[in-house]
Amino acid sequence: MKKPVLEINHLRTHFFTDRGVIPAVDDVSFYIYEGEVLGVVGESGCGKSVTSLSVMGLVPNPPGKIVGGEILFRQHSVNETTENLVKVSKKRMRQIRGNQIAMIFQEPMTSLDPLYTIGFQIIEVIKNHEKISKKTARNKAVELLKLVGIPRPEEIVHEYPHQLSGGMRQRVMIAMAMACDPEILIADEPTTALDVTIQAQILELMKKLNREKSMSVMMITHDLGVVAEICNRVVVMYAGKVVEEGDVRTILKSPKHPYTQGLIQSLPKMNQREERLYSIPGNVPKPGEVLQGCHFADRCSMVFNRCVNEDPELYMLNDGHTCRCFLYGQEGDDLNV
Amino acid sequence: MSKPLLEVQGLKKYFDITGGIFSRKTGDIKAVDDVSFSVFEGEVFGIVGESGCGKSTTGKVLLRLIEPTDGKIFFDGMEITKLSEEEMRKTRRDMQIIFQDPYASLNPRHKIGRILGEALKIHGIGSKIEQQKKVKDILEIVGLPGEHASRYPHQFSGGQRQRIGIARALILNPKLIICDEPVSALDVSIQSQILNLMKDLQEKFKLTYIFIAHDLSVVKHISHRIGVMYLGRMVELSSTEDMFDNPLHPYTKSLLSAIPDPDPDFIQERILLEGDVPSPSNPPSGCAFHTRCPEAMDICKNVRPVLQEITVNNFVACHLYEVEGDNNRNR
Ligand SMILES: Nc1ncnc2c1ncn2[C@@H]1O[C@H](COP(=O)(O)OP(=O)(O)OP(=O)(O)O)[C@@H](O)[C@H]1O
Ligand SMILES: Nc1ncnc2c1ncn2[C@@H]1O[C@H](COP(=O)(O)OP(=O)(O)OP(=O)(O)O)[C@@H](O)[C@H]1O
Ligand code: SF4
Ligand SMILES: [Mg+2]
Ligand SMILES: [Mg+2]
Repeated sequence: MKKPVLEINHLRTHFFTDRGVIPAVDDVSFYIYEGEVLGVVGESGCGKSVTSLSVMGLVPNPPGKIVGGEILFRQHSVNETTENLVKVSKKRMRQIRGNQIAMIFQEPMTSLDPLYTIGFQIIEVIKNHEKISKKTARNKAVELLKLVGIPRPEEIVHEYPHQLSGGMRQRVMIAMAMACDPEILIADEPTTALDVTIQAQILELMKKLNREKSMSVMMITHDLGVVAEICNRVVVMYAGKVVEEGDVRTILKSPKHPYTQGLIQSLPKMNQREERLYSIPGNVPKPGEVLQGCHFADRCSMVFNRCVNEDPELYMLNDGHTCRCFLYGQEGDDLNV
Repeated sequence: MSKPLLEVQGLKKYFDITGGIFSRKTGDIKAVDDVSFSVFEGEVFGIVGESGCGKSTTGKVLLRLIEPTDGKIFFDGMEITKLSEEEMRKTRRDMQIIFQDPYASLNPRHKIGRILGEALKIHGIGSKIEQQKKVKDILEIVGLPGEHASRYPHQFSGGQRQRIGIARALILNPKLIICDEPVSALDVSIQSQILNLMKDLQEKFKLTYIFIAHDLSVVKHISHRIGVMYLGRMVELSSTEDMFDNPLHPYTKSLLSAIPDPDPDFIQERILLEGDVPSPSNPPSGCAFHTRCPEAMDICKNVRPVLQEITVNNFVACHLYEVEGDNNRNR
C-alpha cells in the first residue's frame, strides 16, 4: 500500500500588504506518496512557490502568514510519527530542513553564498546533518558532486559560485539538497532557467536519484513537457487553489477541468503542424484581485450561473482524480475531499 | 521564392572584455561570429539556440542598434551597414523590433497614446488628429479597445502589454519586424493568444518576421525557415519541415531530442549531451560544438566547418557533411 509522506490539508497562506490581503495560497490540499514524483503546475503567481515555502517554514513573515490548514509530515521509518509542520517549533523545523525535507530554489544564485567556496558550502550542510570529520565530509562532498555529474569535482570544490555556469550551479544545489539524504525533495522550477540540453541532463539525474534513493519529489514547474517526463501524479493550481489532481496520464490525456483542458490545448504541438492555436480568452487574475465564485469563471467556456456565485469544491471523479468544477458536482453537493 | 528582403554576409559582433586598473581590453566575447543568411519577403525566419548563443545580439545588430564589428547587411537591396546615422534612422521606419520584456520596454510614465504616437511624430506622419486616429486603429488591430490609449502601462496585464509592444512596432507600417522572444515572458495560456495575433498580422499585412526564441515548439509553429545558432555561429539553416523531419547537425539533433513533450505517448529517443555550454569569450577551436558532440572526429578539433548547402535549401556547418577534400563523409 502506498503511504503519503506529506499531506497538505486546506492550507491557506496569505500576505498582508499595504494594498490589502493577498490570498496567495487559498485552500490547497494534496499529498505526496513515498517514493513518487508529484508535479505541481500552474501559471505565474498561482501560489506554487508560496506552497513550497509554507512546507519548509520559510514564508517571509511579515508580510506572509499561514492562516489556516495543516501540513502533515509522516515518517514511516520512525514509528509512523506524524508532525504538523504548521505547529512544530522553529528548532524542530530547522532540524527537518537540514535532514528530512530539502529544497532546490527557483534561482540558484540566491541560495548559494557568493563569499564561500562550493566545497565549504556542501561540507557545512553535511556536517549539520551528521557528526563526521571534516576530511570525511570533504570526501563526501566530492562524491556528491560526482553523483550529480559535475566534471572535475576535486577542483570545483575550491571554486566560487560565480565561476560556475547556470547548469553547474543548479547541479551544485541538487548535490547540497542530496547531502542530507532527504525523504522529500522540493524542487521549485529547477530547470526553468536552463537550456533544454542541460535541462535534459538534470531531469535524467533527478529521475535516477528518485529511483535509487526512493526519495519523494515535489516538482514545481509550468512546463507540461517536464511533467510528462518525470512525474507520476500532478496537481494543477490556478489563482491560489488546486483545481485538478490526478495521475500524469489522466491529467495530460483526459483532463477534466476547463482550465487544464484549455492549457493543454493551447500548447503548440511538436509532432504536428496546426494553423491556429487554441487560446483561453482573458487574463490571469491579478494578485489580490477579489474573486467571487470559481476563480476561473471569467475565462471559462463552460461557465454557468452557479460558477459566478458559489465557489466550487474539489469533487472526486475517480480514484485519485479530483476536480474543482461544478460540471462534475451535483446540486447541493458537499463532497469535500 | 520571392526576393530577399534582408541579406546578411559574414556578420560579426565582438564585445570587448576589459579588466585591470586601466580597463584595458583583455579579450573579446564573440557574440556573433561570422553569420550569413537571407530572409525573403513575406517569410517568417526563426532563430533558435541556447541562452547566450547570440540571438538577441544578431537581432540588434541587424537594426544597427549596436554596431557590427564586421560584415555586411543589405535591406531591400541597400547596404545599410554603410548608412549614416540619419539615413539609418529613416530606414528604421521599415525595420522594427519587439522585445521580450513587455514590462521594461514601455515607459511607465507615458500614456499608451503617447507611447504609440511617438514614432508617428518623429517621422512627421499625419496631423495630430490623424495620429490620434491611427493610434486608436492600431490598438483595435491588436485586439485592445481604442479608448485604452489614455491608460498607463501598469494598468495592463503582461499579454496586453505585449499587444501594445506589437502595436508600436506595427504603427509605421514596416516591412520587417524583428521579434526577440516576444512570448517568452508570458504565461502559457496567454502565449497562444499572442502567437495567433502575430501570425494573423503577418499574413494580413504581408510582413516579414525574424522570430527569435529559445522555445522550439513556438518557433516551429510560426516559422517557415529556421536557423540554429550555437556559440555565435549558425550551424544549420533549413525549412521548418526539413529541420524537424530530418535534422542534420548533431547539435540540432540533440536540441530537438531534448525537448520534453507533453504527450505521454510520444516516446522520444534522447541524445544526452555531456558537459556544459562553453563560454563565447573562449570558444573551442575548430567546430565550436566539438567539446559536446557525440560524433566529433579529429578534424573537428582543428578546422572550423563552413555553412554549406548540402541539399536544396538545407545548409549545415559540420564536417560530417563536408563534400570536398579526401575524407568524403557525405551522408
Ligand atoms: N513576499 C510577498 N509579498 C507579497 N505578496 C507575495 C509575496 N510572495 C509572493 N506573493 C504573492 O503570492 C502569489 C503567489 O506567488 P508564488 O511565488 O507562489 O507564485 P508561483 O506560482 O510560484 O509563480 P511563478 O511561476 O512566477 O514562480 C503572487 O500573487 C505573489 O504576488
Ligand atoms: N553589451 C554587451 N557587452 C558584453 N557582452 C555582451 C553584451 N551583450 C551580449 N553580450 C554577450 O554576448 C553573448 C550573446 O548574448 P545574446 O544576448 O545575444 O544571447 P541570446 O542568444 O539572445 O541569449 P538569451 O537566449 O539568453 O537571450 C553572451 O555571452 C552575452 O553575455
Ligand atoms: S563538425 Fe564535428 S564536432 Fe561539429 S557538430 Fe559536426 S561532427 Fe560534431
Ligand atoms: Mg515560483
Ligand atoms: Mg536574447
